[in-house]
Amino acid sequence: MARIEFRRVVKQYPDSPPTVPGLDLSVRDGEFMVLVGPSGCGKSTTLRMIAGLESVTAGELWIGDRLVNRVPPGERDVAMVFQNYALYPHMTVFENMAFGLRVRREPQAQIRTKVERAAETLGLTGLLGRRPGQLSGGQCQRVALGRAMVRDPQVFLFDEPLSNLDAELRVQMRGNIGRLHREFATTSVYVTHDQVEAMTLGQRIAILNGGELMQVGTPMELYGDPDNVFVAGFMGSPPMNIVAVQNLGRALRNAVLEVPLAGLEGLPGELLLGLRPEKLEYAAAAPAHWPRLRAAIEMVETLGAEMLVHLGEGDTRMVARLPGLRPLAAGETIELAFDPRAAYLFDADSQRRIRLSQPVESAEPAL
Amino acid sequence: MTGRTVSSAGPAVPRSPLAGPVRRAAADIFSWRFALLLFAGAVVVYPLLWVVSLAFSGQQSLQLVQLPGDATAWQQLAALIPLPQQWSLENFRAVLTEQPFLRWLLNSLVVSLGTTLVGLALACSAAYAFSRFSFPGRDRGLVLFLISQMFPAVLMLIPLYVIVVQWLGLGNSWLGLVLVYAITALPFCVWMLKGYFDTLPYEIEESALLEGASRFTIFYRIILPLARPAIAVTGLFSFMTAWNEFILASIFMDDEALYTVPVGLRFFVSDYASEWGYFAAGAILVSLPVILLFLSLQRFLVAGLSSGAVKG
Repeated sequence: MARIEFRRVVKQYPDSPPTVPGLDLSVRDGEFMVLVGPSGCGKSTTLRMIAGLESVTAGELWIGDRLVNRVPPGERDVAMVFQNYALYPHMTVFENMAFGLRVRREPQAQIRTKVERAAETLGLTGLLGRRPGQLSGGQCQRVALGRAMVRDPQVFLFDEPLSNLDAELRVQMRGNIGRLHREFATTSVYVTHDQVEAMTLGQRIAILNGGELMQVGTPMELYGDPDNVFVAGFMGSPPMNIVAVQNLGRALRNAVLEVPLAGLEGLPGELLLGLRPEKLEYAAAAPAHWPRLRAAIEMVETLGAEMLVHLGEGDTRMVARLPGLRPLAAGETIELAFDPRAAYLFDADSQRRIRLSQPVESAEPAL
Repeated sequence: MTGRTVSSAGPAVPRSPLAGPVRRAAADIFSWRFALLLFAGAVVVYPLLWVVSLAFSGQQSLQLVQLPGDATAWQQLAALIPLPQQWSLENFRAVLTEQPFLRWLLNSLVVSLGTTLVGLALACSAAYAFSRFSFPGRDRGLVLFLISQMFPAVLMLIPLYVIVVQWLGLGNSWLGLVLVYAITALPFCVWMLKGYFDTLPYEIEESALLEGASRFTIFYRIILPLARPAIAVTGLFSFMTAWNEFILASIFMDDEALYTVPVGLRFFVSDYASEWGYFAAGAILVSLPVILLFLSLQRFLVAGLSSGAVKG
């Protein structure tokens, strides 16, 4: 087990802008850290730098108390699970899992014990004699997991390991991976583009965009207290509504809503207001002092217990997540309300969060 | 035919299940494609039939049938069909016992196997390097390999003779031929194997690297087993090139005891002899090892060993 530390780490390929322009990040000992972001955000490159499969252009990368910039992958004591499993197709499941141990010349009896124990944990005991070609995707991924486990490494790396599995298996494997981490508490870094995976697996999540670290924190920190528009929009499904509003000094306004707020003096005239879809409620049932918004319904997605109501008015687009009881149709106008304390403010230029010095909940309805 | 009668009975009666396939087969047989295939098949097989007939005719003459002076057109046409008047194994017996044919066969076998081993060892490692490593001259090297294939092999005759026979003193030796064959086949083999290595997913190697395997371990324990189909094809190619080669062998080998089979066979049919029967029997004996090799390698020739390695 070990901590991992990035100190101003840069990754740049020749003749192109840096993929990772300068990353500072530390993964604590025994922590399950998820790197998440859209494709091309540098998360896989970051992971591969930890593995040693990509070189570090500048900066320092530490695993435990070792500077590993120049340590070859095989000597870093890390194990990696690949998206496409990367099993050795000509070897049986047993041989696949034993390969790393054989390379390290561990005694035969010890290899057998380790592999069999891992196979039992993962429910692979009956499959040890098969080849990867005879296994299902889920089984292949469990073999890949087992191959990483038997080596008892300092660090586990996961590169989108569940992307090739169907939805049901993904949930199941997610459970498996979570359980294994609770059991072994090995430092793990997990790359995914799926925020649900990130939320459910990560003890902490690092959100990357364009190689830059946007925010690091626990899932609830990122969900409840995003630092910027990107994080706010990335976490949560459907994502947070971000709408442009005008700062009137004592209130914010746009085509569909008006929010009276204190503490707006001195802020720029153009701001971004963030509202989670699940924080919007039917106006009729909401407290009288909550701000209202009126907008036309563009589309309704019915999900059974709830529905996603897409609203549009002028340039403003929003989604509300409402209990799926009322018949709503596109074209109708709907009135919704929200607790002003649930609103987030962002600077329109820098996209950074503005935290009002005065707590939002003290705001009195202006009208 | 049955299909036609059933279907004519009326649209309500279900057609016999055979009707479709039978009619389709008939349509296939009487199509121009089938005729073309038959013709192409005949073009390929006809000369082979001649060789077989000559070999089993027990005589040395190219004329299998003695036509009378006043042969009818029908008789002349029938003479085109290569069928000996009597069947005999005499030619085979003579080639194997009266001629140093077995000795030549051994020479060919040693040279061809040597070529295959040396060629594969060089080609596999070179192709792996070209496929996986980036080094200065990598692309240029590959192109040079291609360019070398554009010149007729005969152009190399004199330089090769100078290098192998005069400088290295390897004339009249198995080793000389092995080196020349292995190296002239190298560009093709490298391209062939590189193409296959390129299709093997790199993640497999990365995974092995992370497990602490050295480059050589990866090459030996993972890449080579996975590339078996390509290695089989390339090996077969090397073997056949060496087995069938005539010009270089005839120039490098002066000693009759060191002749390879193609060189030896040539002396059955030359300015001073025309033993077509021995020639044909020898030719058949020469093709047998290649056929056997082909059959034994057949299962490796079926690619797809790497399916299941990664999910595309």
